[in-house]
Amino acid sequence: MTNPNTDLTCIELVELITDYLEGSLDSTEKVRFETHLQGCEGCQNYLAQMQTTISLTGKITEDKIAPTALEELLKTFQDWKKPNR
Amino acid sequence: MRGSDVDTISDPGSDSSEQHLIAALRAGDDNAFRELVEKHHNALVRIAMIYVKDRAVAEEVAQETWVAVLRGIERFEGRSSLKTWLFTILTNRAKTRATREGRYVPLDVDDDPDSDIGVSLDRFHPPGHDEADHWSAAYMPQRWDNIPEKRMLSLETMNLIMQAIASLPDNQMQVIRLRDVEGFTSEEACNILNISETNQRVLLHRARSRVRQALESYIVNRN
Repeated sequence: MTNPNTDLTCIELVELITDYLEGSLDSTEKVRFETHLQGCEGCQNYLAQMQTTISLTGKITEDKIAPTALEELLKTFQDWKKPNR
Repeated sequence: MRGSDVDTISDPGSDSSEQHLIAALRAGDDNAFRELVEKHHNALVRIAMIYVKDRAVAEEVAQETWVAVLRGIERFEGRSSLKTWLFTILTNRAKTRATREGRYVPLDVDDDPDSDIGVSLDRFHPPGHDEADHWSAAYMPQRWDNIPEKRMLSLETMNLIMQAIASLPDNQMQVIRLRDVEGFTSEEACNILNISETNQRVLLHRARSRVRQALESYIVNRN
């Protein structure tokens, strides 16, 4: 049973998803969000896709520091240590 | 100049391993410094790049940041985590450098004209339809949990995500790098970038929506 005055549309849910994941929806909005989600497979999948996206983004690995840059910084560290000793 | 390097950010970041690390750096422990550099240097360069647009200049800014960290470590009070402090120094220096070279574009400028929605509108039933603004069955998002993990974590997928991030507008790129790649909290990211919580959330939303979209097209095309 959809009630156009209180029910979210899928478009609205898509746009609120970050606010939801960030915990920045107020309690009424959160209830509306979760109520819509319960009855909507597309939005459940969308939320899961977003969570997968975030988790995969956290797994990208940067290339390692170039040996020359590392050497230079270690030398900087040695220089910094001298007056400290 | 000095003022920007002082840790005036008030988020608690000092657990005991952090205290150990700071003590080790102060004591001149080579391994502690090497480990920290190996962990963060390239991330610093990448973030500096967003401001200065030049690899060699970004490398210089990152190097200067480490020098500033060493100079400041004695008076570092741990009001923010060492990592937040490090990235704050970096962004301040990168901004200064970009300003000096006439390249600085403030992050809060909304320079993304086609970002009003995270998903193309033709995937929803049109206005006037019984289910207007709801997913149209043919374009509904699919489940990804049946895709082998090996494929989701493949080099190809990771490169695709990196490309998607690299093609974002600067301000979105900055926020998603700090939040989702580097793992900073929203409060830390706001402090590092000196932007409001709301602004940060909008930029993060757009960035994540675009990366999701890129992943989805890739997955759909491969299936």
